[in-house]
Amino acid sequence: MSLLSEMNEKALALGIPLSVHLDLTYRCNERCIHCYLDHDDHGEMTTAEIEDVLTQLAEAGVFFLTFSGGEVLLRRDFFHLVEYARRLLFNLKIKTNGVMIGDKEARRLGELGVEQVQLSVYSHRPEVHDAITKLPGSLNRTVEAIRRLKSHGLKVTIANVLMTANSFDNAGVIALANELGAFYTVDPTITPKIDGSLSPLALRIPGHELHRVFRDPQLVPNVEEFCAAPSPPSQDVMDGYPCSAGHTACYISPYGDVFPCVQFPLPTGNVRQQSFLDIWQRSPQMAEVRSIRARDLDVCPSCAHLGTCTRCPGLAYLEGNMRGPSSADCEKSVQRTGIPAANISTGMVALPHVLVQIQTRA
Amino acid sequence: MGETYIARSTAIAARMIGGEMMIMSAVDSTFFTLNEVATLIWQSADGQTPLSEIVTKRICEDFDVTPEEAQRHAGQFVTELAQHGILLVSDQPFGSTTSSASPTP
Repeated sequence: MSLLSEMNEKALALGIPLSVHLDLTYRCNERCIHCYLDHDDHGEMTTAEIEDVLTQLAEAGVFFLTFSGGEVLLRRDFFHLVEYARRLLFNLKIKTNGVMIGDKEARRLGELGVEQVQLSVYSHRPEVHDAITKLPGSLNRTVEAIRRLKSHGLKVTIANVLMTANSFDNAGVIALANELGAFYTVDPTITPKIDGSLSPLALRIPGHELHRVFRDPQLVPNVEEFCAAPSPPSQDVMDGYPCSAGHTACYISPYGDVFPCVQFPLPTGNVRQQSFLDIWQRSPQMAEVRSIRARDLDVCPSCAHLGTCTRCPGLAYLEGNMRGPSSADCEKSVQRTGIPAANISTGMVALPHVLVQIQTRA
Repeated sequence: MGETYIARSTAIAARMIGGEMMIMSAVDSTFFTLNEVATLIWQSADGQTPLSEIVTKRICEDFDVTPEEAQRHAGQFVTELAQHGILLVSDQPFGSTTSSASPTP
């Protein structure tokens, strides 16, 4: 077992929130067609409030911290907050579109010891990328930001979200990542809006495209193993929990709301009204999320894919039942292996969703 | 032989989890867990207190170990962490104009 796995095991046993994703703002200078956020400011936490939250997170044992948004650099106190977080010795990851990162900003992020910067690149073709972000010139500005970040020694990851508008451009983005010396991650996940609106789902790539993605050797290191038929679930699988959401990880919105995960908008409390640890340790909603084991799920225990499915409890929650199937993952399992999923074969759910995240080093 | 001074690098992430200090180097992303003694040395690395004093006053008083043995283990520990840029080592107190620290992460 690696040291990191040991750390996760220990955090799980002790109830420590090892990873927190904190959105500093939902405001953004791009208007991506698939975005799940409302970009108006409904009362973001102040600098002092965020400092207090960061101090509480450090005391709670959080090690991995992600600052995301919205576009984080739209906050005038962004670098102050980065500096504050680094003084508290978090392992800090920043998600940004990079369009506001000049040489001065890139150098500062390097000086502050930010672990990694992740930027979204939708296509190597400006006309495709810019049509998705709705910001003319955005691909060029993002690529220039990556060059600057790399020149100051930062680790950079290009996140390539696949949708109908760019579904064949992943090879071009991989080549771009190679040229820039960046890591590459692809994600064909399009989620409902955070307010529950399903409008972005029309952009999801269809099942046969997902089938192709799963068999692309540039994206999947071992296609045969990845697409193999699932083994029957063991007792350990039946006793297992779905993912780290609410167990060793959680999400905090710019307004102080605490959710199990950014994709799992179950309200559990607000740090403006309670301490973070009070929410983390005593929220009935967190306790309910933690109580769910694979054997307790609806439908899934009878599914052949239970042991290998990447079922997302947050997406299941957005479909109306956190114990139910996440149809995006059912579709993924079917397209990956060619074997029917319990809920699809029984006709309970048959939505053309896709959800997969494959990581490869460019 | 001159004194050795040690200071914690700022280019790291660190947290005490379940009684163990977890440290990740931002220089090479190497991940470490420190045992109780190593954590004590790490926490005492203020750049001003000589390593020999940390060993005699913090380690030997709290743990059943001879000064020679503690000094040897502390030296190995400091060398390893310094190689990953997690501790800075100098023959002068940090902040002194004549200190020569190594390595520079």
